[in-house]
Amino acid sequence: MPRVTCTVNGLRTVLEGHPMARLLDAIRHSGLTGTKEGCGEGECGACGVLLDGVLVNSCLTPLAHADGASITTIEGVATDATLHTIQQSFLECGGAQCGICTPGMVLAAYELLSRNPDPGEAEIRVALAGNLCRCTGYMRIFTSVLHACRAAGGLG
Amino acid sequence: MIPLLHHYQLVTPASLAEALDDLARHPEARPFAGGTDLMVVLEAGHLPPGRYVSLPQCRELTGIEEAGGGVSIGALTTYTTIRHSTLLASRYPMLGIAASETGGLATQNRGTIGGNIANASPAADTPPALLVYDAELELVSAKGTRRVPYRSFHQGYKKMDLAPGELIARIDLPPKGGRHMSDSWRPPAGTAIAWRPPSGAREGQWCDYYRKVGTRRAQAISKVCFAGSILMNGDKIHDVRIALGSVAPTVLRATRTEEALRGQTLDEPAIAAADRILVSEIAPIDDIRSTARYRARVARNLLGEFLRL
Repeated sequence: MPRVTCTVNGLRTVLEGHPMARLLDAIRHSGLTGTKEGCGEGECGACGVLLDGVLVNSCLTPLAHADGASITTIEGVATDATLHTIQQSFLECGGAQCGICTPGMVLAAYELLSRNPDPGEAEIRVALAGNLCRCTGYMRIFTSVLHACRAAGGLG
Repeated sequence: MIPLLHHYQLVTPASLAEALDDLARHPEARPFAGGTDLMVVLEAGHLPPGRYVSLPQCRELTGIEEAGGGVSIGALTTYTTIRHSTLLASRYPMLGIAASETGGLATQNRGTIGGNIANASPAADTPPALLVYDAELELVSAKGTRRVPYRSFHQGYKKMDLAPGELIARIDLPPKGGRHMSDSWRPPAGTAIAWRPPSGAREGQWCDYYRKVGTRRAQAISKVCFAGSILMNGDKIHDVRIALGSVAPTVLRATRTEEALRGQTLDEPAIAAADRILVSEIAPIDDIRSTARYRARVARNLLGEFLRL
């Protein structure tokens, strides 16, 4: 089985699969099932991960493009048992309903705050525009991200 | 569905030279850039089986730089890089706006301008802007390089002037002539529609207009996309360029509409004449995203908005 070596959430990891297999599948088969498949065609953002710090849809990323990369999945956002400020905000502000879109939403917000610790609502809406919520809970999601910025004074 | 991946090969050459060599030795091989189009087609079960050559490690094909009075963009430059380029924002601002309206951020982080061109969708968002800027493509193969005007590159639906073994290497934007929009003026951040420099600043400089019409601002594929640039001399149109997406089998430069406007006084009769010619120049269709009738109406409305600003 072909394989690529990369770093996933800080750990050196070997992901197995065809070079054109979806990074999404390789991540989930490795046991990290927090990354979700929604549409499978780059429209919904549920499969979002950070590839070398950059938000990508893992359903559209061939495994070959992850060779040597550093990947952050939703499992790498919290520190041990302590939730990240963004995750805590989603809990406190009702930003999660059914939960399928939540990992992608959190990672899109995480990437935004890493670039801009103090975004306005308009910037949050642009950064999360590639993430769909079938429960249509968008307002509380935007509120959650704004709340996280205030709570942390930026990314903690 | 899970495609039968053993019918596919994805090889990763270490450099542009290796990639060109691989493409020369395997004439049926196809280039693979960011994957934001091809992976969708693969998942849908429609990607032709065979050999694909992964390109993102070809650093020679990235970067935005000044060249010959214009600007040269490497084909592997991502939308995100284009969106944030201050050089493009000051000289060829429609490209940054088009990039910001292509997909969402995750797509913009992976999708490349060369891939967008080679995917040859008539609904692509940057090509109308490239047509208006009179872009030239530098094509490269193991045999050498050649240049083609972008306006003659798309020859029919998904048909391109691109030989087996050839890659789009760079997209070159020539100097526009006249003055450029001043460096101190920028479209307001997040502006997705029409914009112009303040009136009074228009005389003697190219003024650009770009507007994509889709179901929503992010992620939507265009129903109609319009790019225009106009150079006024007093109340007369000294020069004008118009291009549209999603109204013909390829992105379309509306040369007859331009011809009708060039040299005319910019008034309502001139706009009405241009409107009639534009209708005869486009060939929109009904499909899942829109109807021919709606597309024709919107194309005319966008022409009117462009000329009346």
